[in-house]
Amino acid sequence: MHAYTGKILHIDVTTRKTRVEQVTPEFLKRYLGGVGLATRLVYDNTPAGCDPLGPDNALCFANGAFAGTTMPVGTKHGVAAKSPLTGMIGDSLSGSQFSEMLRRAGWDGLVIKGQSPSWVVIFIDDDEVRFLDATPYLGKGTITTQEAIREAIGDENVRVSAIGPAGENLVRYALIDNDGRQVGRTGNGAVMGSKRIKALAIRGSHGITVADPDGLMEATLKLIKVAQGPGTLKYRVLGTPSNVLNMNAIGVLPTRNFQETVFDHAEDVSGERLHEQYHVKSLACAGCPIACEQWGAVREGKYKGARIGMDYEPLFALGPNCGMGSMPVIIKLVQTCDDLGLDGMSAGVVLSWAMECYQRGILSKEELDGVDLQFGNDEAALIMLDKIAHRDGVGDLLAEGVKRASARVGKGSDHFAMHSKGLEMPGYDVRGLKTFAMGLAVCTRGACHNRALSYEIDIKGKVDRFTVGPGRGKMAMDTENFACILDCLVLCKFLRNCFDDFNVDVARIYTMATGIDLSPEELVAVGERVCNLKKAFNIREGWTRADDWLPPRVFEDPIPSGPGKGAHLTPDELNYEIDDYYRARGWTPEGLIPRQKLIELDLADIAEDIGVEMPIANVAAGEG
Amino acid sequence: MGEIGYKHIVCDPTLCTGCRLCEYACSMVKTRSFDPNYSRIRVVRIEPYAMMAIACRLCEDAPCILACPRDALTRSEVNGTMLVNTDKCDGCGWCVEACDFGAIILSPESKHAEICDLCPDVQDGPPCVSFCPKEALSLATPEVLRQQVRRDVVARLMEELK
Repeated sequence: MHAYTGKILHIDVTTRKTRVEQVTPEFLKRYLGGVGLATRLVYDNTPAGCDPLGPDNALCFANGAFAGTTMPVGTKHGVAAKSPLTGMIGDSLSGSQFSEMLRRAGWDGLVIKGQSPSWVVIFIDDDEVRFLDATPYLGKGTITTQEAIREAIGDENVRVSAIGPAGENLVRYALIDNDGRQVGRTGNGAVMGSKRIKALAIRGSHGITVADPDGLMEATLKLIKVAQGPGTLKYRVLGTPSNVLNMNAIGVLPTRNFQETVFDHAEDVSGERLHEQYHVKSLACAGCPIACEQWGAVREGKYKGARIGMDYEPLFALGPNCGMGSMPVIIKLVQTCDDLGLDGMSAGVVLSWAMECYQRGILSKEELDGVDLQFGNDEAALIMLDKIAHRDGVGDLLAEGVKRASARVGKGSDHFAMHSKGLEMPGYDVRGLKTFAMGLAVCTRGACHNRALSYEIDIKGKVDRFTVGPGRGKMAMDTENFACILDCLVLCKFLRNCFDDFNVDVARIYTMATGIDLSPEELVAVGERVCNLKKAFNIREGWTRADDWLPPRVFEDPIPSGPGKGAHLTPDELNYEIDDYYRARGWTPEGLIPRQKLIELDLADIAEDIGVEMPIANVAAGEG
Repeated sequence: MGEIGYKHIVCDPTLCTGCRLCEYACSMVKTRSFDPNYSRIRVVRIEPYAMMAIACRLCEDAPCILACPRDALTRSEVNGTMLVNTDKCDGCGWCVEACDFGAIILSPESKHAEICDLCPDVQDGPPCVSFCPKEALSLATPEVLRQQVRRDVVARLMEELK
């Protein structure tokens, strides 16, 4: 076997014992790596019903088959655990150098359990694992921590994944940062913090061999050249911030906590403005020929010196969604989140929820610790982010995420707590994107655009985005399965338009790298398998159909103005689409997975855990 | 011989994105595995966005050759690169210290000095250059670089006159 090492490192931080698990090529081929492998490791190593912030939760890392090779955008890693934000599967992805170093240290994955008696940095030096005292780094920001650890070890080749104050203080949407790229969203930083791990440092000295070096070099060189063409133009030039004006133009740019969908200062916070006025450099993750990370720097004014690699999602969340109409302000806010180790998307939607509570008198200035948290008040937002990361005063409430915070505050504040399954919503207002609405509702990770990917169906005009209709269930399933294949390989989604025939090309290159035969059909099957695996994890944690739902605002508050004026979703529409989706998936009307389906997906052991019988009526209907 | 000086690998730091595909490609050609510890070109990144790739610059009066106590380093008459006589080299590392650019590695395996040789055996030229997605890497002589700098400065002056 090439590329893969066939070895998973298990670390128990309570006892500081480690062990090596050998995995077979057949096993690796079923999950590939990344999100698929990490999720399988969580499923196998986390007891049902465990406390996500307790010692039993397994925090799992996995790289992909292409880590550290010339396969473009293949050097990413997946991280998964039971999410402290959603109580369900929390699977994340990140680019950068960590994935390569994990492989060069000899590992396909890590499983970390337990809870250290004192704060530690785990230093994985090939097959030696050391536990370093983390006291000097406590309270420090993510980037400062990484540099300080590299300096202490005395080798700039060491790669570090670190949490910030937010992770230390168990903010439920804390992230893990590596070289300025983030393992974001579902609170894996809090899981790491709950184990009292400030950082993972890793150094590898092994080379990565591939089965067919000449074939792989030729095929990957071709892809690198294609990746400079039209398929990646958007990402290379303006990056994802180009979405601001596009979403604004079609009236789906969430503004002031999703109260509006068109932002009056959209031009000022657009990708175009970032590019013209603030752009300093385009950066790439390891092995990436695209370089989508558009760095902006503030050169004058009160935020002079602030700088960040800007992406659309934190931009929308902390910008228009919080009523911020100035690019320097948003650069400062995103940089602050990254440094504190807060997920910028969730932090933005939490802030905007608190701002709307303040606007409506649900939370008073006193209840907000005297902070005048109006939409557009940048200084108030910065104070509040710091309070959240340190769970100081009202920050302790906001650190819980909008689902829990609104349940505690009450007074109807759940009406505009914009989340699904507890995960705060991304930057596309679903009232004007009805296929995507269902995609977010059924998504196992909560409201995640990256896992659902079905906004493409609406935005590219494949359907009428203001109505529902037959066939959307299958379309949403297909985008979800495709996203999942990329997340397992791992390949960044931004390369997705660069293949002649994705399944054929990638299966071929996978075999060149690993020496493991993989047919295009087998590659396709991984997407469906891992989507079902994630769903199975959620079912084991007590998921019911009621969890696949959206906040009241999308049903009860029609879009007030702009191109989407009047648009809203009805419960009947969403139920119709969810039924359609479950049918396409071959699930029961209640959204459970039939035993036979799991066996077909080569998940027979999981069928024992959560499989159900398909009701007779549905079997007949399916066959008809 | 029309050109003045030897060509070497040049990196334009404004174009370099820090992707390190050059390291991956170099190490594959030299070791048949992806192992940046053996790459003769290395990307240096000073957080967050100052970065460039560095390989041997084929210095005219090369300090590495002068520094070697065993006369293991000589210059190729074919392409000007530094040749390492592995029978003489004992891995003392004086050349590594002498190099102003950190462009020499000591092979973790053989312990010998290894220096960019511009891949004379590779048909399409050095793979670091062909794999560089942003064309930040190129092969140039000092004279060509001088010409480029002169063109840039004149273009800038003309821009200011507009």
